[in-house]
Amino acid sequence: MKLRRLLKAALGSIGRNRLRSLLTALGIVIGVAAVIVMVALGRGAQLRIEREISALGRNMLTVFSGASMFGGVSRGVGSMPTLTLADADRLREDATLLAYVSPSVRTGAQAVAGGTNWPTSVYGVMPDYLDVREWKVAEGETFSDREGRAGAKVALLGATVARELFGESSPIGERVRIGSVPFRVIGVLATKGVSGFGADQDDVVIAPIGAVLGRLTRPNAPIQLNLSVAAFDRMKDAEAEAREILRLSHRLGEAEEDDFTIRSQADLTSAATATTETLTLLLGGVAAVSLLVGGIGIMNIMLVSVTERTREIGIRLAVGARGRDILLQFLLEALALTVGGALLGILLGLGAARLFELGGRFQTAPEPGSILIATVVAVATGLLFGIAPARRAANLDPIEALRHE
Amino acid sequence: MSAAVDTVIAVSGLTKVYPGAEPVHALRGIDFAVTRGEFVALMGASGSGKSTLMNLLGCLDRPTSGRYLLDGEDVARLDRDARARVRNRKIGFVFQGFNLLARTTAVENVELPLVYDATLHSREARERAVEALARVGLADRMTHEPSQLSGGQQQRVAIARALVNRPAILLADEPTGNLDTATSMEIMALLQELNRAGTTIVLVTHEADIAQCAGRVVTLSDGRIVGDEPVAEPLDAAARAAALRGRAA
Repeated sequence: MKLRRLLKAALGSIGRNRLRSLLTALGIVIGVAAVIVMVALGRGAQLRIEREISALGRNMLTVFSGASMFGGVSRGVGSMPTLTLADADRLREDATLLAYVSPSVRTGAQAVAGGTNWPTSVYGVMPDYLDVREWKVAEGETFSDREGRAGAKVALLGATVARELFGESSPIGERVRIGSVPFRVIGVLATKGVSGFGADQDDVVIAPIGAVLGRLTRPNAPIQLNLSVAAFDRMKDAEAEAREILRLSHRLGEAEEDDFTIRSQADLTSAATATTETLTLLLGGVAAVSLLVGGIGIMNIMLVSVTERTREIGIRLAVGARGRDILLQFLLEALALTVGGALLGILLGLGAARLFELGGRFQTAPEPGSILIATVVAVATGLLFGIAPARRAANLDPIEALRHE
Repeated sequence: MSAAVDTVIAVSGLTKVYPGAEPVHALRGIDFAVTRGEFVALMGASGSGKSTLMNLLGCLDRPTSGRYLLDGEDVARLDRDARARVRNRKIGFVFQGFNLLARTTAVENVELPLVYDATLHSREARERAVEALARVGLADRMTHEPSQLSGGQQQRVAIARALVNRPAILLADEPTGNLDTATSMEIMALLQELNRAGTTIVLVTHEADIAQCAGRVVTLSDGRIVGDEPVAEPLDAAARAAALRGRAA
């Protein structure tokens, strides 16, 4: 009852000084908006990177030929052709934690169809490769295990290659010469777009490994094994299992080092995520400082306001307001300003995030958590910084206050 | 028995010392009583202690020693909050400088004391404020803000505010100090009218003809009461105001 009347008095006082109230709340408005936008931008960047990395293939393990050290001299990963197609078969048969296994060999080649030609990357793989990389076939079909092993001269074109060679017409059933080998197009891959690292992921041709290895490449070209782990939380176990199977297959003794290297998608992901998390934290921190500054602004204006309104406080005290009524009124004023400011800030922040999004350069992900935290911090700031001026007002002596000019 | 009930203010041995390197003895022992329905003028030069006495009577401050019974309640030793309650329920203030809230309508200004009375519903508070404004002749100025009102009208709003809590005593501190002679007399006429209707009034002034509007004049000097006499024939403020207006016109 009385609280409602005090709230009315507080709101009335804010309404009577609209410009000053707006300027007072501005610090909070900007602070809250900044926190929301900054965190949204940071999270947006994080999500984008995570998505791009997982677009490379979720749960992916890659085995490279050659150890990082060989006879005391580093040869670089993939420098020795230690991996064989038989290793891939062994993994497919023995591994329990792997969903898909495909060897791959990569080379660059000129693709020619009719009068046009286009330089591209050619991957010689088994059908599992599309599952490992989570690559869909947009048109046509993929080849079978048997075709893969036998080296059938069929090919799947990436969207870019299909467009460059055949324009708008369907390439299915058409002939394409890759290097010196003629292939029949049986499918077109779904678009993946440009990767986070700037490469056109659709500028690619996929063909059976038997048709690429030794025909488009040297016979002993190093191959990779691309593995997809069945369950994301078993990544470490799957890696250990694959290592064990490969060591057995290569007949490595206890003391011998691996002659291959396994890398997981998680390594890449966690590094990237750590970077963007730091970024988000940093942006959020900067914004939080502006929120604090906003709070100090409120205290400043409230202190001025108490001095300016000493006479009003004197009048209120004279007609029977107790110290705590005055305290409450000023706290309610500070609270109303911060809550109002926070609400405006949320609208402004979401609006600004939307603009960034529409601008196209940034991806944003407004977080309910950041909105909540910003609001709570803003209100707490208002209360915290409102207390000092409010106490000062409440402790005024009515006689002195009434005499104040 | 009836004497106790009819005594609104009973003060005895009241002193006030402002501490400091050289303590100021503002009041040196005041014995003084006001009966219900009286209209008392407190006179004195500046520094005589009349403002200090007014602050003590208004429960804005505490005496250094002495007794003060207001409407039968001992209020000399009350703490800050208790004094606020007494001011809220038993006292109405009228100040020299009007002391209205700026950019606040007349009716809201009048309502102000009732904001701090939790026992009252807001609808009743509004009704009482409207009624009080009507009593001071401002029924047609309810939603005007102080800046839209003349000095005399502002003081009427202040008087309405002093009446709205139906106080035991109305304390007026130089209520005509900021007003011209004719308007001053109109305000005094209003106070006389309220007094005739039963309101007990204590008025501080240093102007003799304003004091002559009251029924009794108490004179202070150096913190002591040096004179306390009834006014044989109080000035008819309404007639004087009319005369002043007539001459002006």
